[in-house]
Amino acid sequence: MIATALTDLFHGFEVAFEPHNLMFCFLGVLVGNMVGVLPGMGPLATISILLPLTFGIKPVGAILMLAGVMYGAQYGGAICSILLNLPCHPPHAVTCLDGFPMTKQGRGGVALGVTVFASFVGASWGITEMIFLAPVLVKVALEFGPAEICSLMLLGLLAGSTLARGSPVKGVAMTVLGLMLGLVGTDIETGAERFTFGMTHLYDGIELIALALGLFGIGEFMNSVNQVSTVNTQYANVRLRDMRPSKADIKRSFFPMIRGTLVGSLCALIPGTGPTIASFVAYATEKKVSRTPEKFGTGMIEGVVAPETSTHSSVQGDFIPTMSLGIPGDAVMALLLGALMIQGIVPGPQLISEHPDIFWGLVASFWIGNILLVILNVPLIGLWVKLLTIPYKYLYPSAMFFVCIGVYAANNDMFQVGETAAIGFVGYVLMRLGFHPAPILLGFVLGPRFEENFRRALLISRGDLFVFVERPISAVFIGLCVLLIGLQVYVRLRPKKNGKPAVEHAALESAE
Amino acid sequence: MILFGLVMALKGPTYRLGTLMHMGPGYLPTVLGVILIGLGIAIAASALPLAEGEDEDILPENREWFAWGCILASPLAFMLFGTVGGLIPGTFACVFVAALGDREATLKSMLVLSSVVTFFGVLLFSYILQIPMPVLRWGGL
Repeated sequence: MIATALTDLFHGFEVAFEPHNLMFCFLGVLVGNMVGVLPGMGPLATISILLPLTFGIKPVGAILMLAGVMYGAQYGGAICSILLNLPCHPPHAVTCLDGFPMTKQGRGGVALGVTVFASFVGASWGITEMIFLAPVLVKVALEFGPAEICSLMLLGLLAGSTLARGSPVKGVAMTVLGLMLGLVGTDIETGAERFTFGMTHLYDGIELIALALGLFGIGEFMNSVNQVSTVNTQYANVRLRDMRPSKADIKRSFFPMIRGTLVGSLCALIPGTGPTIASFVAYATEKKVSRTPEKFGTGMIEGVVAPETSTHSSVQGDFIPTMSLGIPGDAVMALLLGALMIQGIVPGPQLISEHPDIFWGLVASFWIGNILLVILNVPLIGLWVKLLTIPYKYLYPSAMFFVCIGVYAANNDMFQVGETAAIGFVGYVLMRLGFHPAPILLGFVLGPRFEENFRRALLISRGDLFVFVERPISAVFIGLCVLLIGLQVYVRLRPKKNGKPAVEHAALESAE
Repeated sequence: MILFGLVMALKGPTYRLGTLMHMGPGYLPTVLGVILIGLGIAIAASALPLAEGEDEDILPENREWFAWGCILASPLAFMLFGTVGGLIPGTFACVFVAALGDREATLKSMLVLSSVVTFFGVLLFSYILQIPMPVLRWGGL
């Protein structure tokens, strides 16, 4: 078992070390790191913008690059939150609490140095987890029939929409909306037109790129135009030699690192609890374990290390359900799955055996990418800090162009540019109403497959809905769904008596 | 937090669309439509008691009607000028209109930015990535 995993991994390294794959991986982490540092640009928008560019290249290179953007952004985000107290990306909001005080004390360099190292440790553990867990999961998943897949997707969708930030009811509503958007176009089995309103352009369905760019590109730009305050860079002078932590720092951050890793990997395994929740849990754990909890918030190195480690460990771990089951845990994963589908690769349990080069190449590239990121971040820290001063007013018009040309290039169709603008407008209105657009994407990507399996399951059972409860594995998933809903209702009703969860909830919401 | 009216607007069309086609291809949409209506009612119900006390506003503190308009107009400008004139005018118009939305934008900075983006954009997409869109033309479709 371990031996085969290692052989496969070796093969993966061969794939990932091919010059062009190496180049795409490097490009991905470079761009990722860049957008991570820049306030106002998220990994979601970046991956959507890069998506059309990947049509021309092979699937392996494409997925390596897009995944690189994602974890590269996590490294960059830490720089931004530690030096500037700007939580550009939700997972790093907690890092601000102790990271910025450290910067004020003149120890920002140390915080960054430790973070880079901690991130690497967390990511390595996440990757190891993926190597050994994914094949096991696949073995189980290959036994699944349509009924099981269907209930598993239901669980994934529910978890993804309720455990994320914001109100769970709104999250579910968004997922349902996403599922409905996924139904637009020609029905796979009967060929009937659905929701096309007679527009021929919609017969093929709504384009994933148009949806993603509309929601996360245009919607986000509208949200942050003229809102980004000028960045205060008075503390942001970090040189390479400031970054070396002292022996005492290393000693103090050793155990938080291990705890953070564990928290992160656990959170990765529960679908829907991505890096953001992992970092909050890790910080809370550290505070509880510490002998001096009152000092947190004044620049404790533990408060920087633990959340960062757990973020990275869970980012890598998030790939496990995505790659082995074809069930994405959050919007970024959904987008990556969508990218695979555009390349003509069907996600699901058969992915690892049918396309071993993609899976193992990806795993190997994680390691290479993380090493590249350490190399990029340590000596070039000054450059990244400089990047923080690029004004938003130059950034977003250029990004708008990439949005337009990207959508156009996907199908050489001008209609979709207008489609994107319309989706962007709707997305912005929804955002202002407190709905998060991320679950829409989740529902959209899973929608067609959900419907297909749902129908197939009912066909086999001759229209008997109880098939989902009668088959044991499926029943377990359905049970978990019910449990999840029950738990949410319980949590919602409780804060009226007890104020504490509400406070934590508020902290989560302010992190957005 | 939530405006009751918007939930209604969200709900109404979904209902009509949901029940439009029966069985076969319409089965799942109908189910989803019903679920969405239920959720809409739940959201509206939880928002109702709040709505009376304070005057809630869905708009952010400072309203950027002009900037929002510019951002939305930018892809439309790309469509229009792209179809009529090709990639260069399309790109230029797109970036220019988007840059117009910024408060501190000056005519000079907008022109420079649009030209730079157009130059690199055309270079990258037309010559390196070979997007089948004419670089410059008159009349068009």
